[in-house]
Amino acid sequence: MTSRAMTLAGLFLLLLTPGTGGSQVPGTDGAGDHGGPHGLDGHGANATNKAFPVLSFDYKHVQMPFEISLWVLLASLMKLGFHLIPRLSSIVPESCLLIVVGLLVGGLIRVVGEDPPILGSQLFFLCLLPPIILDAGYFLPIRPFTENVGTILMFAVVGTLWNAFFVGGLLYGVCQLEGTHLGRVDLMACLLFGSIISAVDPVAVLAVFEEIHINELLHILVFGESLLNDAVTVVLYHLFEEFAAAGGVTIKDVFLGIVCFLVVALGGILVGAIYGVLAAFTSRFTSHTRVIEPLFVFLYSYMAYLSAEVFHLSGIMALIACGAVMRPYVEANISHKSHTTIKYFLKMWSSVSETLIFIFLGVSTVAGQHHWNWTFVICTVILCLVARVLGVVGLTFMINKFRIVKLTTKDQFIIAYGGLRGAIAFSLGYLLDKVHFPMRDMFLTAIITVIFFTVFVQGMTIRPLVDLLAVKKKQETKRSINEEIHTQFLDHLLTGIEDICGHYGHHHWKDKLNRFNKKYVKKCLIAGERSKEPQLIAFYHKMEMKQAIELVESGVTPAPPNIQPKKPTERALPQLSKSREEEIRKILRTNLQKTRQRLRSYNRHTLVADPYEDGWNDMFLKRRRVMELGKKISELNNYLTVPAPAPDSPTMARARLASDPQAWSIKPKSDSIPTIQVDLASPQSPDSVNMVDEFNKPSKPTEAEEEEGLMMKAPSSSADQKERKRDKEDGVEQQRLARCLSDPGPSAEDDEDEPFLP
Amino acid sequence: PLWCDKVLLRASRRVEIAYFSHSQITRLYSRFHSLDKGENGALSREDFQRIPELAINPLGDRIINAFFPEGEDQVNFRGFMRTLAHFRPVEDNEKSKGHDASEPLNSRNNKLLFAFRLYDLDRDDKISRDELLQVLRMMVGVNISDEQLGSIADRTIQEADTNGDMSISFSEFIKVLEKVDVEQKMSIRFLH
Repeated sequence: MTSRAMTLAGLFLLLLTPGTGGSQVPGTDGAGDHGGPHGLDGHGANATNKAFPVLSFDYKHVQMPFEISLWVLLASLMKLGFHLIPRLSSIVPESCLLIVVGLLVGGLIRVVGEDPPILGSQLFFLCLLPPIILDAGYFLPIRPFTENVGTILMFAVVGTLWNAFFVGGLLYGVCQLEGTHLGRVDLMACLLFGSIISAVDPVAVLAVFEEIHINELLHILVFGESLLNDAVTVVLYHLFEEFAAAGGVTIKDVFLGIVCFLVVALGGILVGAIYGVLAAFTSRFTSHTRVIEPLFVFLYSYMAYLSAEVFHLSGIMALIACGAVMRPYVEANISHKSHTTIKYFLKMWSSVSETLIFIFLGVSTVAGQHHWNWTFVICTVILCLVARVLGVVGLTFMINKFRIVKLTTKDQFIIAYGGLRGAIAFSLGYLLDKVHFPMRDMFLTAIITVIFFTVFVQGMTIRPLVDLLAVKKKQETKRSINEEIHTQFLDHLLTGIEDICGHYGHHHWKDKLNRFNKKYVKKCLIAGERSKEPQLIAFYHKMEMKQAIELVESGVTPAPPNIQPKKPTERALPQLSKSREEEIRKILRTNLQKTRQRLRSYNRHTLVADPYEDGWNDMFLKRRRVMELGKKISELNNYLTVPAPAPDSPTMARARLASDPQAWSIKPKSDSIPTIQVDLASPQSPDSVNMVDEFNKPSKPTEAEEEEGLMMKAPSSSADQKERKRDKEDGVEQQRLARCLSDPGPSAEDDEDEPFLP
Repeated sequence: PLWCDKVLLRASRRVEIAYFSHSQITRLYSRFHSLDKGENGALSREDFQRIPELAINPLGDRIINAFFPEGEDQVNFRGFMRTLAHFRPVEDNEKSKGHDASEPLNSRNNKLLFAFRLYDLDRDDKISRDELLQVLRMMVGVNISDEQLGSIADRTIQEADTNGDMSISFSEFIKVLEKVDVEQKMSIRFLH
């Protein structure tokens, strides 16, 4: 697979070379053609001699997008190829394979004679990194993250500082030794190098850890550390760069460094949170323009990243904060389709980015100028490993004093082993100024060696080690409703116990935050009725919908509803005149057809009018009208016992806003109104759908009401009555149709007693 | 305080004291003392209800009830500590301890039993549909219709119920929560 792709890539590159090799003749001709009359004018003298070029080759003006697309295509084909070879992808992690491909492509380009491109820092930091981080931040599991945030911060901040100083300091010591010819490397440069190489890389960690499926705790610890250490890296990098240029360090500078760290970290989070709130607020109003909903999510997040980068704050932390803050509110506001779109776009972009990064790492290795110094490189690798192990062990010893669930030795080993370095280190090294740092090439060589070592050696061996040590793997099963209920129950219980003890712990503050969220924030940021929906209900709806979708996808087709009346009507229907009947039939027919039409049309503007959503919308409006009429009639005939219909329940309103065809039930308060009780049982038992309508209820009161209505007949109320009946029929028909479209399958015992008009 | 020392001396064989260190007991006692407005060495239900956060906790009343043994209206310091001992973190060395005469109060099983008893008010060792509905209603508020709550309750029982008795027994309860890290969730880090 790889060889085929390689020849393909090679072919394209060969096509490239004549194009980029400064082609004169095709170029000017093309320009001439573009110029149009100018060209003809310019070559007026020759115009008559030369034939009109039917086919010309003009590569220059598409070169940039063409090459970019080619690279992305190459990356995607690689990804495709790897998964077609089953055994390979289970032994070697994808990141390794991609680096090897990058090496090969780089070598190929070199052989052809071109200069292979290097992973530019601009390209990396502005285009390739944000999608990966946004994907991570948007889907960050909040609960395990906040439960372990203390541990994560300790590893990220203290661990990275320890790594940087240990590696930098000891390297300086090594450089001072006589036999190494490294006397030129001064302390600041070493410390700078240490700070670059010490940060655990989120891209590499994601790439490797996603394939080994370890348990949630370890995953969030290593991954969280890799995300949060960005602030430390940024500060240290700028700090040492300044110091190296300036020459001296004072205590004041150290103090300023600490202040700078706090500003960078907290500022980044603040910027991200502000943009997150803005995004959530915007999503509140998108109910009429659902097509561009995903775009808001992406744009606001990217703006957060860029804004943070403007002030040299931590862009990664801004992105994480933005994604994590906006997610609960945005998800409550947007449609199901937008949610799916966001998920898939993020996964797609981050996947492509990751692939490109690793390929470019390989290419840059071939492309760069290297300065190999045995001592420096070997020492770097060893010191990195040693620093990591010592750091993890030492920190865990201190952290375990404060943790309820302690970290075992196995956990510590995995955390230490999972400290992979990646492309961020390379890009930071690449950014170094050659003037101030003449040993930049040596640094780059060392960085690349460390990256290769961690990705190849550690990345490949971590999977068998995880199996060998029998580390707990990730639980694959979904969260059940039981777990959700009992977890919330335990939350309340623990909050209560903490209040009794007077202990302001984790649960106390979480409860306070939840209350604040429910009282103020949700009202602002979530549209309509959903702002009042309790978390449990939202979870339940989501679960039911997922299940309904799964049922449909697994091939359980909805059976067409039984339209024939099962038993003859027991009570006397009001006699309608023929013309009235015809009218009613026509109205029904046009309504039904309208719905069908909506399903067929599919252009960009009608995509907004989601057939499910609008169909339900209409039906609910009709139902509401029916209820109001019922109320009116009951007011007119005050000896009727029709109770006032229930106010619009939040669930009904929610179904109006989001396509949620399955999980709702209408309160059968009023006997005269047909109701559907959707019994949302699990897949094991057949879904029983009972349609209870007025004809099934004990006929006495309704009959009396009907008769009374008939007897009391002033012409207006008769019209009301008929309209009401017609609405009900309408509503029922809509229900039936809509159920047909969305039901996983009604069972055989549902009673369809409502007769289609005889 | 003098009272505390007397408790320590007299009750050093009591099981509850074994759960807490000296500083923890002191802290808990001062809390007990501050709650005990009547100064009679025991807490009544009103003393608990005076805690403002408990009033807005959906499970407030049930938690308060859990402190009081069957039929009594007063809880002394020993009972106070006994209930709170359930929430002590599970120590590693305790985990590996062999089977003593009785399991420690803060074992996973006993923690779950404590939570189970908060659901199961009539003490029939089963969480019936009604009991579940009550708890759901308390947690969810007033805006949700009964039918919807009913369907959630039915779904919950269906998921957990393995012996078909339409209620959740203690063993089923344990099974459902086997993936939840109860040792961490039901522990409070008291002062060391």
